[in-house]
Amino acid sequence: MQDRPVRVAAFLRVFLNHDTFMLNSLFPLGWQHYVVGGLFIGSGVGVLFLLTGLVGGASSVFSSTWSYLSRLSFFRQTRFVQTRAWRLVYALGMVLGAWIWWHWFGPAQAAHTGLPWWQLLAGGFLVGYGARLSNGCTSGHGICGLAFLQWPSLLAVLIFLGTAIVVAHLVAAIGVGA
Amino acid sequence: MKPAAWIAVLVAGALFGFGLGVSTMISPEVVLSFLRFVDFGLLLVLGGAVVVCLLAYQIGPRLLAKPVLAPTFGARPALADRDTLVGAAIFGVGWGLCGVCPGPAVAGLGAGNWPLLIALAGIFAGAYAQGFIASRR
Repeated sequence: MQDRPVRVAAFLRVFLNHDTFMLNSLFPLGWQHYVVGGLFIGSGVGVLFLLTGLVGGASSVFSSTWSYLSRLSFFRQTRFVQTRAWRLVYALGMVLGAWIWWHWFGPAQAAHTGLPWWQLLAGGFLVGYGARLSNGCTSGHGICGLAFLQWPSLLAVLIFLGTAIVVAHLVAAIGVGA
Repeated sequence: MKPAAWIAVLVAGALFGFGLGVSTMISPEVVLSFLRFVDFGLLLVLGGAVVVCLLAYQIGPRLLAKPVLAPTFGARPALADRDTLVGAAIFGVGWGLCGVCPGPAVAGLGAGNWPLLIALAGIFAGAYAQGFIASRR
C-alpha cells in the first residue's frame, strides 16, 4: 500500500502525461508566450484609451497616412486628417516596441518569413483593401470593437476568421507558397 | 494634444508592438499555423488582449471623469452594413493568403522581418485603392 503523497504524485504524472487539458496538442509551441503577448497588446490599447481617450486600431494609419499625399476626397475626411499625426506616432511606437522585444528578449536571428513575394503582396493588397472597407482589422474590430461590446465588430471578426481559415486551408491544399 | 499625450501614444504603441513580438504574431507562419488549425495560440493572444482592453474601456470611463491627458474619451461606433461585412470577408481572404494583418505588418519591421515590407506595400496599395473607389461613389 503506497502512502498518500506517492499516490497523488503518480496520479498527477498520469494526468499531465495524458495532456488532459490538451495544452500540448492545441499549443505545440507552448501557450504562455501567447497569453503574455496578448496581455501586453491589450495593455497598449487600454493605456492609450485611459491616458488620451484615443481608440487605437492598427489599420486606420494606412488610410490616414494617404491624407498627407493624396487629394482624393475620401482621404480628406476629418477622421483621417485629424488623426493622421498620432496614428503615425502610434505606428512608430509599435515598431519601437517590437524592436525592444527583439533586441532584449527575441531570438538572435531575426524572424524572416519564407512566404513567396507574390503571396505577401497580393495578400497584403486584399488585407489593406478589406480592412479599410470594413473600417477595422484584427485589432480594430477584434480588440477595440469587442472591448466596446460592439456586435457589428463581433460579426466582422467571425466573417474574417471564417474566410481566412477557408483560404489558408485551400492554399495549403493546393500546395502553393509556404 | 499635450506633449505628454504624444509620449503616451508612443508608449502605448510600444506596448502593442512588444506584445506582438512576445506572442510571435509578427511571424506570418505562426498566424497561418493558427488558420490551418495546427496551433491555436492566436486565440489566446486575442483573448488576453480583449480582456485587458475590455477592463480599460468599460471600467475606465466609470472611474475617471476624463482621460488623464485629454478632455474626452473616444468611442468606436461600428455598423453591420454592407461595407463592414464585405470588407471583413475580403480582409479575411488576404489574411488567409499571407498571414499578415496590419499591426504585425508594421511591428514586424522593428524585429527585422524585412519581407514584411512587401506585405506593407500591398496594404498601403490596397488602402489607396479602397479610398480611390470610395471617392468616386
